Amino acid sequence: MNEMRSPDLSQVEAQNEKPDAYVKVKDLQVRFVSREATVKAVNGVSFELKKGEVLCVIGESGSGKSVMMRSLMQLHPKKRTRITGEMKIGEHDIMTATDKQMSELRGSTVSMIFQEPMTALDPLYTIGDQIAETVMRHEKVDRDAGWKRALELLELVRVPSPERRLKAYPHELSGGLRQRAMIAVALSCRPSLLLADEPTTALDASVQIQVLVLLRKLQREMGMSMIFVTHDLGVAAQIADKVAVMYAGRIIEYGNARDVLMHPEHPYTRAMLSSTIKDQKKGAQLETIAGTPPDLRALPDGCSFAPRCRYAGPDCFETMPDEVTDGRGHMARCAKVNVVRGLLAFEPGIPAAPALA
Amino acid sequence: MWMYALRRLILTIPILLGVTIICFALVQIAPGDPITSLVRPDTPPEQIAMLRAYYGLDQPVVVQYFMWLWRVLQGNFGTSIANNAPVAAEVMRAFANTIVIALISVVLAFIVSLILGTIAALRQGGIVDRLVTALAVFGISVPTFWLAVVLVIFFAVNLNWLPATGMGSGGSDTFNYFDWNDFKFAVMPIIALALPPLAIMTRTTRASISEILNQDFIQTLRAKGLSEFAIITHAIRNIMPSAVAMLGLQLGYLIGGSVLVETVFTWPGTGALLNKAILTRDIPLLQGTILVLAGAFVLINLVVDLAQSLVDPRIKRT
Repeated sequence: MNEMRSPDLSQVEAQNEKPDAYVKVKDLQVRFVSREATVKAVNGVSFELKKGEVLCVIGESGSGKSVMMRSLMQLHPKKRTRITGEMKIGEHDIMTATDKQMSELRGSTVSMIFQEPMTALDPLYTIGDQIAETVMRHEKVDRDAGWKRALELLELVRVPSPERRLKAYPHELSGGLRQRAMIAVALSCRPSLLLADEPTTALDASVQIQVLVLLRKLQREMGMSMIFVTHDLGVAAQIADKVAVMYAGRIIEYGNARDVLMHPEHPYTRAMLSSTIKDQKKGAQLETIAGTPPDLRALPDGCSFAPRCRYAGPDCFETMPDEVTDGRGHMARCAKVNVVRGLLAFEPGIPAAPALA
Repeated sequence: MWMYALRRLILTIPILLGVTIICFALVQIAPGDPITSLVRPDTPPEQIAMLRAYYGLDQPVVVQYFMWLWRVLQGNFGTSIANNAPVAAEVMRAFANTIVIALISVVLAFIVSLILGTIAALRQGGIVDRLVTALAVFGISVPTFWLAVVLVIFFAVNLNWLPATGMGSGGSDTFNYFDWNDFKFAVMPIIALALPPLAIMTRTTRASISEILNQDFIQTLRAKGLSEFAIITHAIRNIMPSAVAMLGLQLGYLIGGSVLVETVFTWPGTGALLNKAILTRDIPLLQGTILVLAGAFVLINLVVDLAQSLVDPRIKRT
């Protein structure tokens, strides 16, 4: 079977080269080193993202999604972090950028929304100041112009009575409003890439949808590319063009949102999808994935998911499986997945993958 | 804001009343009798009784308290038993001497500790950090009277740069803090007073800055593209509420606890006065001094509270 796959693979990779990719990440590796151990947080992540596209990165806690995003902005402490690979945003090479160049890129070309609106804003500065200081920093305008822009931005993110909210401190706003303010900060200098690190996770369910719809709308209007990290598959289905599933610091399945969420091939993606709440009968047991994610300080040689995979054979524990990509750009990193008639297919004899309704 | 200030001001009244009760009681329970220490041992008992009546010491304690309180409210702290001078004037003159050098010391310590503590927090584990930590440990552990004596030996005796003691020829009445010829007398007391609060505040600054730098919003600031300098400004702004509280606390210690430093430098402040009052069992003087110091402490806390509500918007101002 391995002999069959090799020729296919090279062909497909050639087809996949997109000349108009805006974000290019190739073989990104991130290690956190300390005296006790080295944590292999990201282990060779590659993807490309076009202008105006939304990539959703899904995976459980500790799968390296946030680390990968923070690397794109070089937000990790330099001393303890080792990053290798390639990262490009537009014409900017993130790997070779100096600190000064990086701080100019941050907040203007690429900006970020964080998970916790409660703690991501400075408690002692007004919302207006926190938006205006970004504008002042990047567009070299005075405080008045900064505040004027801050007011426009609060209107843009639909904050009610924005004049009053500009002078408010973070603790005076609700979680949803705070996250809107955070979005206003991130959008203040019209970034072309927005990194959203679980921006709706800490919010109430009803507010989640509002913020999500708002983000999607603004992303379209401003033509931004967006990388959206979440562990909520429903969220991914709503806003993603492309979906990447991460496990133990690797992308183990990647493709168009429809392909990945409707026809998942990697056993991990399948298991994850079948563990969501859909149309199960009342009282029915939810499916779970047995075991826990691997220790990133001591990753196994073979497929990282093998110890939890119900289909794993002896080979799976030996070597890391290669990426298998079909003609539609759907990729899975699994030894049991092959390309059959131009599409990914799991090894015959295993029931069809459950799809996300 | 003004309503908050007024409310806090009103709240200090019961505290001040409590202060007067404790002041009064402290002296009542202290051993020793002021009259017997005042007169010659062979004074006839009738004369002692007469003196007792003269000073109101024959009245019940509660009556004595209210008589005393009524006079205090009128600004009359009584007459010093030792030298028959009004206590109020003497205490106020000494208090002025103490509060000025205490304020200078604590502000100096505050500014220097902010700088040193911040640098140490930014260079954790580095040489600067170690030096700052060493200085802080030295400042906390060294007894101030020893430091004061060493300062005198070094700067006054050996180098002859600064005068050893006192307030200069003019004394405290003509002392001018803006004239170097006078101010040089205050330099060593200020340094001796400033070192312990400097050490403590440097430690707390270092700890709070490094705590703030680990908070989520610092990453947001970095993600916004702010310069490291702007980020540190945010961090320093964020430790202000706790730094101001620390400042008030240290100022309180300084005005009350400068007895040793003032004694070594014969600086005529409240510390020296307290020392004198205790040694001579001058009860009115002792009460007056303690009362002024305690009142000042309450006032400093009031100012600190108000200052904190200015630097921290999360404190409710209504």
